[in-house]
Amino acid sequence: MSRGLHRLPLEKPIYEIEDRISALESAPLGAQQQEELRRLKREVVEVQKRIFGSLDPWQTVEVARHPDRPKTSDYLSLLFDEFVELHGDKSFGDDPAMLTGFAKLDRHKVLVIGHQKGKTLTERQACHFGCAHPEGYRKAMGKMRLAAKFGLPVICLIDTPGAYPGVGAEERGQAQVIAESMFLMATLPVPVVCTVIGEGGSGGALGIGVGDRVAILEHAYYSVISPEGCAGILWKSADHKAEAARALRMRSHDLKSFGVVDAVIEEPPGGAHRDPRQTASRLKNYLVRTLRELVAQPPAALVAGRYEKFRRMGKFLEPGAATA
Amino acid sequence: MERRRTSSPSVAASAADSGAAAVRLGEAGELPGTNPVNMAHVESPPETPAPRAKRGVPEGLWQKCEGCQGTIYRKDAEEILNVCPQCGFHWYVSAAQRIVQLCDEGTFEEWDANLRPTDPLGFRDKKPYAERLVAEQKRTGLSDAALTGTGMIRARRVACGVTDSSFIMGSMGSVVGERLTRLVERATAERLPLIIISASGGGARMHEGILSLMQMAKVSAALARYSQAGGLFISVLTNPTMGGVAASFASLGDLCFAEPRALIGFAGPRTIKATIRVELPKGFQTSEFLLEHGFIDRIVARKDLKSEIARAIDYCGG
Ligand SMILES: [Zn+2]
Repeated sequence: MSRGLHRLPLEKPIYEIEDRISALESAPLGAQQQEELRRLKREVVEVQKRIFGSLDPWQTVEVARHPDRPKTSDYLSLLFDEFVELHGDKSFGDDPAMLTGFAKLDRHKVLVIGHQKGKTLTERQACHFGCAHPEGYRKAMGKMRLAAKFGLPVICLIDTPGAYPGVGAEERGQAQVIAESMFLMATLPVPVVCTVIGEGGSGGALGIGVGDRVAILEHAYYSVISPEGCAGILWKSADHKAEAARALRMRSHDLKSFGVVDAVIEEPPGGAHRDPRQTASRLKNYLVRTLRELVAQPPAALVAGRYEKFRRMGKFLEPGAATA
Repeated sequence: MERRRTSSPSVAASAADSGAAAVRLGEAGELPGTNPVNMAHVESPPETPAPRAKRGVPEGLWQKCEGCQGTIYRKDAEEILNVCPQCGFHWYVSAAQRIVQLCDEGTFEEWDANLRPTDPLGFRDKKPYAERLVAEQKRTGLSDAALTGTGMIRARRVACGVTDSSFIMGSMGSVVGERLTRLVERATAERLPLIIISASGGGARMHEGILSLMQMAKVSAALARYSQAGGLFISVLTNPTMGGVAASFASLGDLCFAEPRALIGFAGPRTIKATIRVELPKGFQTSEFLLEHGFIDRIVARKDLKSEIARAIDYCGG
């Protein structure tokens, strides 16, 4: 059970019970207190289920951004038996906001690519809070080409507010690299499985998001624009972020209904940050099962299937067409 | 609307004879993106539709130039393809006018004109998206922000797509994505050179949410296949090309041309300023800036665009 320093207001009822549990546990217990402890432990799960079972869209965004939420670096140790980091884009630098390397998942050797947000303030600043620069996407592309050459499946973990907006990022081709990365991913002759683990922020997310399968954790989000950005543009004020979050239909089950994600991976009752181990175990199950299915397919079938998957996306009317 | 539904020559004809009425002040320029990192950056069009002039009645004889702030006699600019006669700033041109400027007379045949946008999210901000669409269609005469088809450029047959920055800032939703994808697929099947002219300040259209974002992947995947089949894609970036359009098809040309002084970039300049809190360098995110940093093959003035494209096609064996 997490004793995180970061407490979202929506979690207050949970923390109140958790605090009572810790208080009880810190002293020797009589029979009556043991009974009380058991009752509180049952109650806290009920409260977690109630709160996390009915998050509104904005609360989902808050949970997806929760500082204690497991990050790519956590999953690297929780999902894989080994991780061998590979640095650098062979062109400009080594962006810490994009982690890449070899890893072992179950019996598969894979290549992992993930946004990295960092844990401490120093790390988070170094990673620009998970906003990658062009060199990050170039690094990802370089490692994807390596994976393609040597037949390694690619696992992408998406967790970014978006690609970094800055002078250097523009000078080094932020738009260019995101476009190129999608272009490359569309034809990779190896299995590609992407999972949104926290924030799926726009093009920065999609830049490593063109997979044979795309999954999302239950309380993660994936959106064309952040709710604040959308509110600023359409409502002329970021104060309307909650309305924008609702309007954008950016939550896991909405995305599933639009056919944008293939699977929603359920989180533990109090959210991924309350039980990273269990979250990782569910994600691992999904990845292993999916990989087993994909590695059986010939490369041409994978590429054709991936094309068809994205080809179907979008909704429009076509009056007069034989198949609308 | 009506004229879009019919195919080929009508587009060219309507564009030509709507003349001055079709010319509107470019709405490009500064974008109030408040969020750092999004594919959609731009102010939606004004709530009140701009007055649409009746045929033959000019909207105004004079127009303020975005480039030099001068007040320009509109007819003088029109004579040189909507370029400011004083400073050479390239003004807005509609998708239909682009086709007229680019294709040999009467050769353009529109494809997929019957596609219509819908409202998959039930999106509403201050105004429902469904209503916004109707208002935009009425105001611009377009069904959505892209026009695609085939035509001849100096007697070379090409597949050709144009986005129009006046329709919800030229943003890409499902119809724009689908029209462009079909264009690319057909160019692949028919082995045609492909030209796409972007004028999309709005990036991916937020009113269609995640589905707009996915159009970036869809069109890019089609371009990857086209490229593997050996097709030549010339991307022409015009003012403005931002966000999800810049970060997808517009940057994927075998050749990338840009009109002079166009605003081209990933994040909106105001967004960047708000994030890094420093003054942006002079000429930041212009065509010239992109050329200097290595992302543009050539800056091509509008008057030379047609001949430059024809020449590039010849070099690449088209
Ligand atoms: Zn001027």
